[in-house]
Amino acid sequence: MSEPTHLGGSRDRENVQNEFMRARAEDITLPAPEGAPEPTDDVGKPRSLWQDAWDDLRRNKLFIVGSVLVLILIVMAAFPQLFTSVDPRECVLQNSRQPPSSEAWFGYDLQGCDVYARTIYGARASILVGIFTTTAVMIIGGLIGIIAGFFGGWVDGIASRITDVFLALPLLLGSILILTAFPSTTDTPELVVIGKVVLALALLGWTQLARIMRSSVIQVKNQDYVQAARALGATSTRIIGRHVLPNSLAPVIVVAMISLGAYISAEATLSFLGIGLQPPVISWGIAVNDAATYVRTSPHMLFFPAMFLSVTVFAFIMLGDAVRDALDPKLR
Amino acid sequence: MGQYTLRRLLQMIPVIIGTTFIIFAMVWALPGDPFAGKCGDRPCPPAYIAEQTARYNLDDPLVVQYVKYMGNLVTGDLGETFRGTQVLDELAVALPATLKLTALAILIEIIIGIGAGVLAGLRRGSFIDNLVLLSTLVVISIPIFVIGYLAQFILGVQLGWFPPTVGTGAPWSDLILPAFVLASVSLAYVARLTRTQLAENMRADYVRTATAKGLPRRQVVRHALRNSLIPVVTFIGIDFGALMGGAVVTEGIFNITGIGGLVFGAISTREGATVTAAITFIVIVFLLVNLLVDLLYGVLDPRIRYE
Repeated sequence: MSEPTHLGGSRDRENVQNEFMRARAEDITLPAPEGAPEPTDDVGKPRSLWQDAWDDLRRNKLFIVGSVLVLILIVMAAFPQLFTSVDPRECVLQNSRQPPSSEAWFGYDLQGCDVYARTIYGARASILVGIFTTTAVMIIGGLIGIIAGFFGGWVDGIASRITDVFLALPLLLGSILILTAFPSTTDTPELVVIGKVVLALALLGWTQLARIMRSSVIQVKNQDYVQAARALGATSTRIIGRHVLPNSLAPVIVVAMISLGAYISAEATLSFLGIGLQPPVISWGIAVNDAATYVRTSPHMLFFPAMFLSVTVFAFIMLGDAVRDALDPKLR
Repeated sequence: MGQYTLRRLLQMIPVIIGTTFIIFAMVWALPGDPFAGKCGDRPCPPAYIAEQTARYNLDDPLVVQYVKYMGNLVTGDLGETFRGTQVLDELAVALPATLKLTALAILIEIIIGIGAGVLAGLRRGSFIDNLVLLSTLVVISIPIFVIGYLAQFILGVQLGWFPPTVGTGAPWSDLILPAFVLASVSLAYVARLTRTQLAENMRADYVRTATAKGLPRRQVVRHALRNSLIPVVTFIGIDFGALMGGAVVTEGIFNITGIGGLVFGAISTREGATVTAAITFIVIVFLLVNLLVDLLYGVLDPRIRYE
């Protein structure tokens, strides 16, 4: 069993390769002479792609406008008190549905709360949902995509069928179902409410990224440098970590950035349906829902949160578009 | 090709089973008492609970419940709601409106989306191109419920060009405005996708060859367009499912009795049988449409062969 033969199992072959690798590694890790390029094979490559992209981005007007908007929104989400000194939860019923004035720039809503303050404070929930969902989707989708693409065969078969199952579930109806299963009350902490919405969206949203990651990995996997690493006896984990992942990440980042805006929009839609974020969380979707009934008499209640929501989605999609142009010049 | 179709149909079976099981598990495993609020303000009489428990096999383990349910489903018995109406009847009422709305939305997507994409893609950097790019970006950014309310308020109520709500029976003419609203976001994506693909293909070697040998511009564009449509058709196929399931908002705003509203209502009143049946139906339609899309690839691009 332990005798290495040509027909021996892959374990034996791996041992031989490991020996070979160790012998090679001693050569490779010798200190490089001053000024010479480092002999490891993945130093220049990722840097050049990202460096290129960065050079492109800096000159792109879309990117500059988008990132300034996103920056303002992030500051708004983190420190809303910088923009308004009014407490968004302090409402005077007497002011109900009063139009914009010098005291309240955006007017008052049905409960007599300051619409401007509520709109500013609403940024936090939307941006948190967008960022958390995108991160979660990238992790789930990326992981499944890598496993399916890299290992192929029956692993790919199972992973792809699982992806198909979740892809076939309608996003909106599915999220409604999940959120109904875990209802929030007014006592639920704000972050938990946001977490549930993130969970629902991420659970149904990862499929697209998994598919993109899978095809991207399959392309990279057959490149010479991956074959070389394999011939040198690198383990699967090392090949994935050092070679496949950095080289197949660009399309995933592009799609993830663009979908960040779409998730903010989806959150607003769920909140609008009364099933996503719940009061006391302040959210643009809830605000639009509350205002919809009075659109004919008090349009300001609907206009301002809807406009902020649209501008936020606009900013993130613009940013994603610019990053796509930079990372994938072919698609321009 | 027949063999390919058959294989794809067989591959659908595990996906359908997986999807329906997830839906089924989520619906019936919802925490809380399934009979809460079913009998008005007082608790349900034990006889009713016993009967309903037996009818829906609620005492069995989830997997057994699921197998029994699917057995009924295959024979065409979609079950009953807790109110005693047949789920099949409820679907039959909601389905025509949804199918009409979705078909109209897809048609709008194809005509206007591809049309705008072609105009923009043929003249990259021109005024039209920038107009299409900017307007689609704006449309994508505005959430659908805002578009819906704005369209209903401005076009329906103030200008009176369209009926603001849809009448009974959902006549085609009433559905035009809702279909535009439903299609709006996808329309923008279709236009952008077509533009990108066409612009790229217009720089391809075969287009230069065709132009060089003196082919009229119309025919050159037709060649390039055919090659550009594959990703667009893929997007539209996936979108079909999203439109059918995502019409909840549009249906709500324009007062249409459709599948989306049916499922939304059924989820909040915990009508498990209705939810499972309706979503299963959406999933099957989605899978069939996507198979059709895959088969369409070969029509668009004869180089693609099915093994």
